[in-house]
Amino acid sequence: MYDNQPFGDFLRRLFSGVDLTMLIALATLLGVGIITLYSASNDKLWRVDNQIIHISLSVAGLFLAVIVTQFFPSTFLQRASIWFYILGLVVLLLVIFVGEESKGAKRWLNIGVARIQPSEFMKIIVPLMVARYFADKTLPPRFIDLVWALLIVIVPVLLIASQPDLGTALLVASAGLFGIFFTGISWKWIIGSIVSLMVAAPLLFFYGMHDYQRQRVMTLFDPTLDRYGSGYHILQSFISLGSGGMNGKGWMHGDQVRLGFLPERHTDFIFAVIGEEYGLTGVVMILLLYLFIIYRGLYLAACGRDTFARILGGCFALTFFVYLFVNTGMVSGILPVVGVPMPLVSYGGTSLLSLMITFGLMMGLRKKARKY
Amino acid sequence: MAIRSSIKDENKEVAIFRTRALIAAVFVTLMLFGILTRLFFLQVVQYEHYTQLSRKNYQRRIPIPPVRGEIFDRNGVLLAGNRIEYVLEVTRDEVKDIDDKLSKVQAMMSMSDGEIKKIKHKLRINNRFQPIIIKRKLTKTQIAIFSSNRPRFHGFDLHLQMERYYPYRTIAGHVLGYVGRIDKKDLKKIDNKEYKGTSHIGKSGLEKTYEKLLHGKSGYRLVEVDHRGRHKKLLEEKSPTAGQDLYLTLDINLQTKAEELLSEYNGAAVAINPANGEVLAMASMPVYDPNQFVNGISHRNYSALRDNPDRPLYSRAFQGSYPPGSTIKPMVGIAGLESGVTNRSRSVYGRGFFSIPGNKHRYRCWKKTGHGHVSLDRAIYQSCDVYFYDLAYRMGIKRFSTELKKFGFGQKTGIDLPHERAGLMPTAEWKNKRFNTAWYPGDTVNIGIGQGFWHSTPLQLAQAVGIVAMKGKRAVPHLLRGVRSAKDKRIKFIDVQIKPPLVLKSNSYWDEVIRGMVHVVHGPYGTARKSGEGSAYKFAGKTGTAQVFGIPQNKSYNASKLKKKLHDHSLFVSFAPWKNPQIALAVIAENAGGGSKVAAPLARKILDAYLVPEENIETNDDVDKKEKNNYKQRGRSRLRKVRRV
Repeated sequence: MYDNQPFGDFLRRLFSGVDLTMLIALATLLGVGIITLYSASNDKLWRVDNQIIHISLSVAGLFLAVIVTQFFPSTFLQRASIWFYILGLVVLLLVIFVGEESKGAKRWLNIGVARIQPSEFMKIIVPLMVARYFADKTLPPRFIDLVWALLIVIVPVLLIASQPDLGTALLVASAGLFGIFFTGISWKWIIGSIVSLMVAAPLLFFYGMHDYQRQRVMTLFDPTLDRYGSGYHILQSFISLGSGGMNGKGWMHGDQVRLGFLPERHTDFIFAVIGEEYGLTGVVMILLLYLFIIYRGLYLAACGRDTFARILGGCFALTFFVYLFVNTGMVSGILPVVGVPMPLVSYGGTSLLSLMITFGLMMGLRKKARKY
Repeated sequence: MAIRSSIKDENKEVAIFRTRALIAAVFVTLMLFGILTRLFFLQVVQYEHYTQLSRKNYQRRIPIPPVRGEIFDRNGVLLAGNRIEYVLEVTRDEVKDIDDKLSKVQAMMSMSDGEIKKIKHKLRINNRFQPIIIKRKLTKTQIAIFSSNRPRFHGFDLHLQMERYYPYRTIAGHVLGYVGRIDKKDLKKIDNKEYKGTSHIGKSGLEKTYEKLLHGKSGYRLVEVDHRGRHKKLLEEKSPTAGQDLYLTLDINLQTKAEELLSEYNGAAVAINPANGEVLAMASMPVYDPNQFVNGISHRNYSALRDNPDRPLYSRAFQGSYPPGSTIKPMVGIAGLESGVTNRSRSVYGRGFFSIPGNKHRYRCWKKTGHGHVSLDRAIYQSCDVYFYDLAYRMGIKRFSTELKKFGFGQKTGIDLPHERAGLMPTAEWKNKRFNTAWYPGDTVNIGIGQGFWHSTPLQLAQAVGIVAMKGKRAVPHLLRGVRSAKDKRIKFIDVQIKPPLVLKSNSYWDEVIRGMVHVVHGPYGTARKSGEGSAYKFAGKTGTAQVFGIPQNKSYNASKLKKKLHDHSLFVSFAPWKNPQIALAVIAENAGGGSKVAAPLARKILDAYLVPEENIETNDDVDKKEKNNYKQRGRSRLRKVRRV
């Protein structure tokens, strides 16, 4: 229709890179998120306005990612990955020296116009680098490749963990490891590492953790241990979820939310708001939506145009899942409280933007359909 | 870069990836199912539990204390009431420059620096959103000054509170008791839920006995609060039920009179209606003002009361234990007749002292020269000690105490006041247990005239003489006549507790003793004949003079040489009119000397006050008119009846 017009051509190429099914699913989730945030914000409605801006920017980010995949040479992203990775490491080092401290952790870098959290972008960069590394290797990989890949993952993870930001470190690590998983490494390696991780966990608990982190793990097992300290969050979260029951108290009617008993209700604990106001029914529906997005993500990855695309897509889909699992697990009390927001729903711009970029890449890196 | 060892196989790699993606999908599904299981547990299984916790979070039950019941005398005169008190409160959260405002309030209310310091401390430690009392008992001027400045004192507020007060101040103080702030000891005894909003509780006297009736049922307001404790809205309200008003058997005019008359002595006077046990007056001197306890008595005032050697805090009327002296001779006489040891015609020769056969010790009579031949009635009206020494000696302690216990001696009367003392009616077993020695016949001789180990309270004496007056009818002395609940404005009268009557072998025994007692006041030789002169009614009585310490065999009692504390107690028991008794009275004036000198004239005045009409009956405005008239009429008809006697 627009064959002769350059703009029409641009749009066609752009939309050929967009997966409409995924886009609709994402939009639905973002919509639910903003509605829930409205209820969770009580008197601070400016948060909703802010979040709408965040969403707009993130959607722009998604399309930008699609554009990159559609209009740049297919090797561009692979080549850029190395530079992103190096840049990422440098910035992480910068954070250590000139980062801004808040709540006892150095995670932020002030770049004049805004405060950014560089570790957030490592969730994209590390999978990029891992995928790049395996892109031209024969799969399943050799042992030496695995060592290199692990090194690629571990260096930024250690830097982030030292900030300290255990939540993000965990997500970045899992993103990298999923990349390795998708290369088809043998099961004995996978099972072997899981077993050794289980052995190492207690050692990590006693020697590798800060006191406050240990405290969080302890309150996981007994929230009443510290009823007004770190146990307070989790207890109030239980009350929110539990009192929501089967059908919930209704939008804007969550007592825990409305009267401010649930802390961090607009960020990390927004899942508890969902549980209280929409009940188990609402929770199930939202989890199904998430599950659909993850399935679709894995499907898009499987349709990837090359090894790089497939590993990258698989990484992103599973990272998204880990996000969700860690957040819901922490809100419902089966995982310790680590600062991981609920993906696409929690208030906040950075994680939203980075997630939407990953979705843009997943969509854009599909194999081209024959007719184009 | 390493040299490629093999060629990439696209199809193989896609296959690998697809397998792994499928495994990943299954893994993801299982993990999310795990989360869902956990949520099912929280939201369905534990739903009730967390709903309750949620409610506990946002609902606050604010108690509304009930209005305490008031106490009236038998004629509807207010004895303990509630009055409105204005307090100044401040809610910290609503005041911006608290220090500045407080100093202005300090100037306005003329408060000390210490008080302000205390308030500042309170403000720091208490909830910002809860009002805190700054000053109690605002005067009218202070209220006016504050009200006109109110707009400048945002966050400060005047508030109404009920305060207990006793308009008659010290009068009947021991009987009414007082309320005070609830303390830790009280908290253990009371239903904390009922008392959550209540600050005061009955601490002594009737306020304590009838705490349950007076307190009422507390109400509450259920409010929704946010996480900082701010009240958001009212969810539910239940108004409290006011406590019941008490109508006492006490006649405040008689009580006032009795206290006035007693005021120069330490002592007690108890007047009972012998027919039904209603306590008409119960005075004990010295007394205290219950008003000082209501808002916390100062340490200095309390120690002054506590350390006063005259012990004003305890009521001599039912907590004071005295040797009854000769006042019990009528009862001992009845015991003698009942046990057959004596009869109306039997006489004893009084020669001034009594000795146990084979023993030289002389138990002296108050009259050194002796009474000559005395029969029972004469032994009573002349108070011959020898007759009763002899009587007691021949009865023996076992029969003696068994018979006298029938008059209530040695046992609590069961009056509706806390911490009543039982006195002591000694037995051989008691002495053995207490002193580990045998009971000697001499001990019996002594108690024959109400001395020795025998102790009784003035209330017991009034009760005993009442039993004589009613010829054996016994009723439990009590102070509560009726209650009135806030709902139906009518007084519900309490049933009188009647004990089985004391039946003697012959009813004439009563007449014999009563004759003696009438002679005490109206006979030409009665010990209290002066007190009986010119009375408008005929009454019966018995004097008593109780020794405070033993006088050696070869000495005699000489008041002027003894310390005041060792002077004899002056006692008198009586009932009037003797034919149709309406009042039984026991009076004791400590260290005042002989019974006929002090206690008897005093008793006569009390009896007069009760039985001889006086037109100025004091009334109280708080009682509604109809009721008041009702009471007045009742009072008058009683007086008319008396005049006919």
